[in-house]
Amino acid sequence: MTITPSTPKNALPWWRAQLPLLVMSAVILVALPLALDLFRLNLVGKYLTYAFVAVGLVLCWGYGGILSLGQGVFFGLGGYAMAMFLKLEASDPESTKIQSTPGIPDFMDWNQITALPALWEPFHSLTFTLFAIVAVPGFLAFIIGLAMFKRRVGGVYFSIMTQAIAAILSILIIGQQGYTGGVNGITDLKTMLGWDIRTDSAKYILYYVNAGLLIAAVLLGQWLLKSKFGKLLLALRDKEERVRFSGYDVAAFKIFIFTLAAMLSAVGGAMFTLQVGFMSPSFVGIVPSIEMVIFTAVGGRLSLVGAVYGSLLVNFGKSYFSESFPELWLFLMGGLFIAVVMLFPNGLAGLTDSWREWQARRRARDLPRPTGAAPAPTAGDDTPPPSNLRAEGGAA
Amino acid sequence: MHTASHAAPSRASLLTRSLRQLLFGVLAAATPFIAAADAPATSAVNTTGLAVTDTTVTVGQLHSATGTMAISETGSIQAERLAIEQINAMGGVLGRKIEIIQEDGASDWPTFAEKARKLLVNDKVAAVFGCWTSASRKAVLPVFEKENGMLYYPTFYEGLEQSKNVIYTGQEATQQIIAGLDWLAKTKGAKKFYLVGSDYIWPRTSNKIARKHIENVLKGEVVGEDYFPLGHTQFGSLINKIKLKKPDAVYSIIVGGSNVAWWKQLKAAGVTSDKQTILTISVTEDEILGIGGENMVGFYAAMKYFQSLDNENNKKFVAAFKAKYGDKAVIGDVTQAAYLGPWLWKAAVEKAGSFDIDKIAAASPGIELTTAPEGYVKVHENHHLWSKLRIGEALPDGQYKVIYESDLIEPNPFPKGYQ
Repeated sequence: MTITPSTPKNALPWWRAQLPLLVMSAVILVALPLALDLFRLNLVGKYLTYAFVAVGLVLCWGYGGILSLGQGVFFGLGGYAMAMFLKLEASDPESTKIQSTPGIPDFMDWNQITALPALWEPFHSLTFTLFAIVAVPGFLAFIIGLAMFKRRVGGVYFSIMTQAIAAILSILIIGQQGYTGGVNGITDLKTMLGWDIRTDSAKYILYYVNAGLLIAAVLLGQWLLKSKFGKLLLALRDKEERVRFSGYDVAAFKIFIFTLAAMLSAVGGAMFTLQVGFMSPSFVGIVPSIEMVIFTAVGGRLSLVGAVYGSLLVNFGKSYFSESFPELWLFLMGGLFIAVVMLFPNGLAGLTDSWREWQARRRARDLPRPTGAAPAPTAGDDTPPPSNLRAEGGAA
Repeated sequence: MHTASHAAPSRASLLTRSLRQLLFGVLAAATPFIAAADAPATSAVNTTGLAVTDTTVTVGQLHSATGTMAISETGSIQAERLAIEQINAMGGVLGRKIEIIQEDGASDWPTFAEKARKLLVNDKVAAVFGCWTSASRKAVLPVFEKENGMLYYPTFYEGLEQSKNVIYTGQEATQQIIAGLDWLAKTKGAKKFYLVGSDYIWPRTSNKIARKHIENVLKGEVVGEDYFPLGHTQFGSLINKIKLKKPDAVYSIIVGGSNVAWWKQLKAAGVTSDKQTILTISVTEDEILGIGGENMVGFYAAMKYFQSLDNENNKKFVAAFKAKYGDKAVIGDVTQAAYLGPWLWKAAVEKAGSFDIDKIAAASPGIELTTAPEGYVKVHENHHLWSKLRIGEALPDGQYKVIYESDLIEPNPFPKGYQ
């Protein structure tokens, strides 16, 4: 038997290896837009903005072992940056002439502020805003990472710190209501460079932009995980000391992946603002941040595609249960989470893995056993590692 | 239970309802005379595709049934249901029974926006009774304006807003503040005021109006103005400052759970009503349940409605409310304002002879309710209500004794000279 070195015998053609991503793309690009009316599709668009956070969490929690309970901070910062730009555009002197000081956002006027704060000035520019959406959360994550990982703060201590940061930022936003809109958030956003984001056509366009960016984010994640960096990430999750003793700067890798996850969250936040039409501090605090971790856990902590399904499923459940059972829905959601964690500790993606394993086992049993060694159960590079490896990260 | 069937319309019932709507729509279009003799044809009263059939009209209810605001909003949910039940018992609106789709805003403003859009776009409800906090109203307002819905909003609030798509059944800030301050100046001779509040838009805007009125009209003096985060529970230093500055009156807009700490600590520090006049605009009978009547005895509240109001309308309302929700049920200012919503909507629909939002919006100004528990109310051009202001003195049993009643006050959400 000859083995060609370029194609190991258990490697799959590219489209088989990428089947999960292709199916996901087909679902969000074709199936959902065809099956749902615009109202529901707009909701799905909103859910998919959370999927950016979940994809980031798969990278930094599932593979990097860094459990951040403060991803809402970055989602919120991205969303606020976009909201500030849109709010300034909506607050032209003509449409705010009823105010004491026309030309500034309405909530500033209610708070007796008479001139636009310097912090807001640069957000007149869309270029600056787009830059700030990723740069501000990225920079904050970099600083947090630098402060924590260089001092080898990790595990549960890091999670607690991220929670504290989420609490601090939400208190700050609520307290500084003259500059941030306070509890109300930044509402009543209308146009982006004159383009009305509330029209039906705009909603379709934004949905597809969002879906496209999300698929790009998943591809970026896959590419990273396939690279040498991905292997190192896994290694430092499971045996950090060994990686350090091998001469790698562990902190730098952790800072990088945490910053990247923050930037992905921020893109989700900005898309959220565009599609929903406002931003509020209720996305910044501890509770939403933990909810975002739940999306990831439901989808499967080690599957980028699973994270997208997890976000869709949990949020769809939230909308459906709360519409159908307005008094009981929180209990139903709680039941769903408990059921997922008890029955499928590896989330939805774990379920498909178990299915695949079971099938492989059955095939092995049915087929006449070849004389050579049995094929290794591990698949190609880009499929997640087998589930015995997954179970290890559970304590994170 | 009767309400439960409204609370949770199952998928199946929604489906049958839309099938029924379709069927009725076809029938009504084909043979207008099939419609019930006393009800005008659906095609005539509903030209914009709202959820109206020959026998029913569907409205939405959007409050927080869960989360931190549930405790406040439950009263509004109950009052609106009571009103709708009473209207249905009288034959409904334009011969159509009102059906309710309830959605939970879950004390979360983005959820309010999502549910508002769902009610308007998906369910095509003819009106929505809902919201409580300003934040939730701000979140849904663009949705109501974009999708052209009609919201009946019950809470007293800061003003600075007016929309074709909202009827404000509570007081805007000037209606609650100015007459109350005048009363303090006249009966208590107050010249020195201390303003306190929770730190968000409503207390800040209200105190801004109060300060302008005190300084410019009453020619008095504000000796202190302090704000505390929502949920704050340490008022010791504030109480010391009040003792030091000796104001003639403290004007309090502390909201929600903070009230429990605030009034209890006042009592513990020996600040009782015989030594210090305090007027609050944020403590209704609902809040006293938590504070305890014995901690508030003798302090004053300025509201448009107290449960103890002595008139025939109110006696009937209180009796009906207690019959439905139990003897211990307490009715605060906002609960009464929420009760007005369905009645004002009914009156507007009947005046317009149509369920169309534009026609209701146009017909609303000028509508009078003589059956309101608070007495007489009238809808102003600006979609707020003319209403009276009452001063209540807190009693140990958690009720207020009404000791002053103003004339009808014109709503003025954008007060000149107060901004």
